[in-house]
Amino acid sequence: MNHSRSRRNPTREPDFPTAKPPSPGGSSGGGAGAAMRLIVPLQGVVQGRGGLILGSVIPGALYYFFQLYLKRCRSAKPNSNPPSPSSSSAQLADLSRSSSRSNLSSRGSVGPVRVSARANSIAKPNASPYYIGLERASEDPYDRFDNPDGIMQLGLSENRLSLDLIETWILENLERSMIGGADGNLNISGIATYQPLDGMMEMKISVEHLLSLLTLQHDLAIEAEVLSNLLVEGDSAVVMYWAVAGFMSQVMGTTVSFDPSRLVLTSGATPAIETLCFCLADQGNAFLVPTPYYPGDMKWRTGVELIPVHCRSSDNFALSVTALDQAFNQARKRGQRVRGILISNPSNPIGNMLNKETLYSLLDFAREKNIHIISDEIFAGSTYGSEEFVSMAEILGSEDFDKDRVHIIYGLSKDLSLPGFRVGVIYSFNTSVLAAAKKLARFSSVSAPTQRILISMLSDTRFIQRYIETTRERIQKMYVAFAAGLKQLGIECTKSSAGLYCWADMSGLIRPYNEKGELELWDKLLKIGKINVTPGSACHCIEPGWFRCCFTMLAEEDIPVVIKRIQRVVET
Amino acid sequence: MTRSRPSEPDEDSGPTTTGGGGGRGRTEMRVIVPLQGVVQGRGGLVLGSVIPCALFYLLQLYFKRHRSEPTPPPQKLTEVSELNRSLSRTHLPARGSSAPACVSTRANSIVKSSDSPFYVGLKRVSEDPYDELSNPEGVIQLGLAENKLSLDLARDWLAENAKDWILSGGGSSGPLSMGGIANYQASDGLVELKVAVAGFMSQVMERSISFNPSQIVLTAGAAPAIEILSFCLADTGNAFLVPTPYYPSFDRDLKWRTGVEIIPVPCRSADNFNLSISALDLAFDQGKKRGLKVRGIVISNPSNPVGNLLNRETIYSLVDFAREKNIHIISNEIFAGSTHGSEEFVSMAEIIDSEDLDRDRVHIVYGLSKDLCLPRFKVGVIYSSNENVLAAAKKLSRFSSISAPTQCLVISMLSDIRFIQKFIQTNRERLQRMYTKFVAGLKQLGIECMRSSGGFYCWADMRGLIRSYSEKGELELWNKLLNIAKINVTPGSSCHCIEPGWFRCCFTTLTEKDIPVVMERIRKVSETCISPR
Repeated sequence: MNHSRSRRNPTREPDFPTAKPPSPGGSSGGGAGAAMRLIVPLQGVVQGRGGLILGSVIPGALYYFFQLYLKRCRSAKPNSNPPSPSSSSAQLADLSRSSSRSNLSSRGSVGPVRVSARANSIAKPNASPYYIGLERASEDPYDRFDNPDGIMQLGLSENRLSLDLIETWILENLERSMIGGADGNLNISGIATYQPLDGMMEMKISVEHLLSLLTLQHDLAIEAEVLSNLLVEGDSAVVMYWAVAGFMSQVMGTTVSFDPSRLVLTSGATPAIETLCFCLADQGNAFLVPTPYYPGDMKWRTGVELIPVHCRSSDNFALSVTALDQAFNQARKRGQRVRGILISNPSNPIGNMLNKETLYSLLDFAREKNIHIISDEIFAGSTYGSEEFVSMAEILGSEDFDKDRVHIIYGLSKDLSLPGFRVGVIYSFNTSVLAAAKKLARFSSVSAPTQRILISMLSDTRFIQRYIETTRERIQKMYVAFAAGLKQLGIECTKSSAGLYCWADMSGLIRPYNEKGELELWDKLLKIGKINVTPGSACHCIEPGWFRCCFTMLAEEDIPVVIKRIQRVVET
Repeated sequence: MTRSRPSEPDEDSGPTTTGGGGGRGRTEMRVIVPLQGVVQGRGGLVLGSVIPCALFYLLQLYFKRHRSEPTPPPQKLTEVSELNRSLSRTHLPARGSSAPACVSTRANSIVKSSDSPFYVGLKRVSEDPYDELSNPEGVIQLGLAENKLSLDLARDWLAENAKDWILSGGGSSGPLSMGGIANYQASDGLVELKVAVAGFMSQVMERSISFNPSQIVLTAGAAPAIEILSFCLADTGNAFLVPTPYYPSFDRDLKWRTGVEIIPVPCRSADNFNLSISALDLAFDQGKKRGLKVRGIVISNPSNPVGNLLNRETIYSLVDFAREKNIHIISNEIFAGSTHGSEEFVSMAEIIDSEDLDRDRVHIVYGLSKDLCLPRFKVGVIYSSNENVLAAAKKLSRFSSISAPTQCLVISMLSDIRFIQKFIQTNRERLQRMYTKFVAGLKQLGIECMRSSGGFYCWADMRGLIRSYSEKGELELWNKLLNIAKINVTPGSSCHCIEPGWFRCCFTTLTEKDIPVVMERIRKVSETCISPR
């Protein structure tokens, strides 16, 4: 309130002195006596040595604070009439509206209550072909016997090749994992209560058991600390962390060990990325994202912008640091603050991997610009080519990089074919990010029964090993068969060595060589060919005519059907 | 932007103290030619201040619009300093030490948000939990909202049925079949689970209200349900009215990521902590005066921590108030099935059910953690009939969805109607018995509790035990209770209670034979507190 009073001074000054002519010289001495009373504080300043500078700086500063105040509070009370007539009149309108409303006869016609602006923008139906295709395919799904004319789903990234393995395991082990150990004691309190107090002992034993299974050398001292954190924060049980960390080491190569205390579990990879966006960037900040990229919805709640960094087919869609640099500078010119780079490695949709050299230059770039790197490594276990996958964690483990700026996303949905389980992982070296993410985990926590199942599944190392191997073999076989089928139709795919997709070049099939032509072909594929693929434009690819085909949704005998259907479209 | 300004006054602040000498002004004339004329002319002070004011104003406007401005020096300054830094960095011997990457300001504020006694106490208990046999000197937990009274029932059910559940999972049609459990589904929950939850809710609320499954969005717990509603109903900088004392975690759920403000609406012991519309009105007007746009009221019914229920009259006047101000109501009814008094529980769902126009502004939050003793299952519910809210919440649920195995397990649990019925009934009886005993125990120590008919808490009046009638005195007592008596209760200040000396004691984590232990411990502290008076 004091503020507002002092703020009034500068705004009213204009009125008073003009009413009083005897201030002729302005800067010279005593004649200004009449005006002096009104503007004493500044008068001295202006006539003194400060002169014009302070005379303009002080009202300027006051004005500045006034603006700040307005911005914070939005309401301009009647005392601040001159600068913001619009807001005060809006206020008046509001007032009169609400009072007239109370006069209405109790429950009657009232204007509909509004939701927030962000909810409105989220609620709008999604026009992206990615979602339209998914919806169409789910309405009329292909089935070899029941619905042979249905739509074949190549748009969803799901791996069904090894479902049988998981299914067998669950059938054999579920009872044990849910109900408890060999002693037959039911351990429901671990599942049901916030604090598995009576489960503590069992958990410790479990950890040691896991350790011996995974042959990881971790410092057990971490455990107590993590434990207390976890119990208070209410996210997941410690054992789960150890199990997931062990699994990640197994998937990403034995040289990398993951520290369970640096993990945060979330209900899926999507919330993991969103949480990181919250932690690394403020509203209006931006991330650089190499295109083509997986269509996500990170912007919704975080208010973070994604700046596409275009990769081209001439480079095999490999990421170049010069392109990053260019995008960074352009963003800066626009006044946008870039807070990080968001990469997927192995890349989705293309399926190529970043080699060590690129990773190093990425890290150099990030250090030079002082920005973060989010590395989405959700396909780390779904590699099948001869190329070697290098995790960011491996590079950071081997050298003394500034680790604080690197954050890894992982999830069990792809590599373990368990999307319905919804388990995502944030792995970060930055203590602030970890602290914030752990607190934010209350908004997307993994439920206890699921953790139970996963703990026992992940600690069955023999099964996991066999599973990873078999899955890799099966993906490779499918990839080869699918790419060969497309090749027969004259459709080339980029070389891919990971992930569940073929990134197919159908630019020869589109008539106008632009996005419109691409979407026309997509539409034909969906309506005539009855297959749902993801057009490159949905992945923000800069070149038209590329399509993402997920082949892991198919059985091997489906491939000829798909190829035939594409052929039908190709011929028209 | 602000960097340049402080420097200017600094340069001039020395000379100003010497006072007005006309001769010196002339030496500076060259520097400030453009305005000099104006000031010395007829415009004098007026224009001399109006022009820079206007310039500053426009500059601010411009900043606000574009954020980047090539001309103003302040922006340049930061850019230059950044450039320098990055340049020096490249000169460093390849991979070396450099400036740490900073995290976002919102992450910083979340990290730094000091833990209230509520969280401090929880942590203490987790480090040294009481156990009758193995750790009789440990801290007794009365701070966590958890119900262990009927855990045995849930346990028995799972023991009996988990086997069937697993076996039925084998078939391709079973709930656990791989098609159901492992695949991507709608993130807002399986339809079967929505139907089951809707049935459970109407059973719990004991009225003829039927919940429409298509108006349900399921989330991974009640906390994300509240957060999603906060996102959907208010924008950054808007505010909700929340009657105090309120559930300590509202501060996290409503505010943290959404940027929404909470305006507390104080309720007082003189009114039995009942909500009054005039207090709401007052808070609304004050919020408006502060320039906050109020978008809704958030209430807990049965209230947490006090445990009283809103009667039908209050509910209708609340709705009237919301209509008058054209704002939303979020009703957190997570304790709806944990009522234990004779009072009747009235759900806001009645409004959604009956009224035509106001149904769009009422949103209900529910969850299975309290009423079904399954907190770690993490099943939260948003119930609304506002289509926009539903559409947005469904999309946002992808950030906090329930995993498939849990959904399947809960479906089969909720579909066992006989079990559920028995469970609710037994649970209520046990709650009531514990409540009566706990209150009687406190009364013997001279501590009165608010009359409560829902929830897991006693809202105990320990005003007589605090030395200075202030928040400080309250925290002193809380500290004594935690460290001397070794019981963890939640002080009223963590619930933003306006009157000091009230404490929330959760009695459902205890067994009946723990009550004498707790009372004995409190007595020890209360004696030391009363004696000096």
